Amino acid sequence: MAAGEELTLSGHIQHHLTNAKMCTVDGSVAFNKACSEVGFWTWHIDTLAWSIGLGILFLWIFRSVANKATVGVPGKLQCFVEMVVEFVAANVRDTFHGKSKLIAPLALTIFVWVFLMNLMDLVPVDFLPAFAGWVGATFFGMDSHDVYMKIVPTTDINMTAALAIGVFILMIGYSIRIKGVLGFIKELTLHPFNSPNIVVQILLIPFNLLLETIALVSKPFSLALRLFGNLYAGELIFILIGAIGLAQLPLHFVWAVFHILVIVLQAFVFMMLTIVYLSMASSDNH
Amino acid sequence: MELVLGLKYIAVALLIGFGAIGTAVGFGNMGGKFLEACARQPELAPSLQVKMFILAGLIDAVAMIGVGIAMVLLFVL
Repeated sequence: MAAGEELTLSGHIQHHLTNAKMCTVDGSVAFNKACSEVGFWTWHIDTLAWSIGLGILFLWIFRSVANKATVGVPGKLQCFVEMVVEFVAANVRDTFHGKSKLIAPLALTIFVWVFLMNLMDLVPVDFLPAFAGWVGATFFGMDSHDVYMKIVPTTDINMTAALAIGVFILMIGYSIRIKGVLGFIKELTLHPFNSPNIVVQILLIPFNLLLETIALVSKPFSLALRLFGNLYAGELIFILIGAIGLAQLPLHFVWAVFHILVIVLQAFVFMMLTIVYLSMASSDNH
Repeated sequence: MELVLGLKYIAVALLIGFGAIGTAVGFGNMGGKFLEACARQPELAPSLQVKMFILAGLIDAVAMIGVGIAMVLLFVL
């Protein structure tokens, strides 16, 4: 919120939806408002910190369980981890028709990581930003309105786009590895319209290329925007409900209960679509 | 300025409204078919349910993207 501006709903929402930015201005590190002119090379440090932190949390929990795994009577945590791993493994086995050692760990990582990042949505919207504002005001002498903290990494389009680009690169990599460069080019140019007549076939190539390129590129776009749109809209509705006074408590409960479904579902859909896309990329027949 | 504001509200209403129509038709179709299929073959219900939830996520997505854009228009821009 700009200095001197009174507390408005719109300003409150904007404050909640602004990332903490970091960039270099004239060779020195600058934060937040100083970064508005920098453009591309701006780091959203809150997104990075929360996502990497949650990733480490996931790896640490699963690794410690795997190290302590016992064939005797398992503890509750081991049961839970085994359930998650088996759930993901069953889905991969059903959907991915090929041989790859990468797919199941990839799917597990995506599922649990995206789930944990979405789960931050259920933390009450003002807790952590207000805490960050208090820390900034008390220890660093900043105006607490100038401290930004967006705790749900998946409500940042950069995060979801990064995930989707990772999947996209894997898709192309798998296509080329299984079918070869020539096979990949053939897949892009000789489908969906083909003809036994060679001249007609050559005439159809640009059309096929256009269609197949759109189909290929729309996959990461829809992956990224689906996750982002769902979580962003959900977070915004939480903030809006939070602005209506004491009546927010029952409404928050209802929306949070509904949102539990969205959180798990979106993580699951992201994982399933990753598996499906990679399965399509690595299947030889079109 | 007034006109721009009014047009913005109309755009938001269209985005949310038409998104809702699309998902409503989609969910109606899918839910009805799912119940039908479960009534015919109850033993298939669990595996169908998983697939239905995947499709629910897919149907939900486009409308939710619309709602997200509408909310940005309404409160941020």
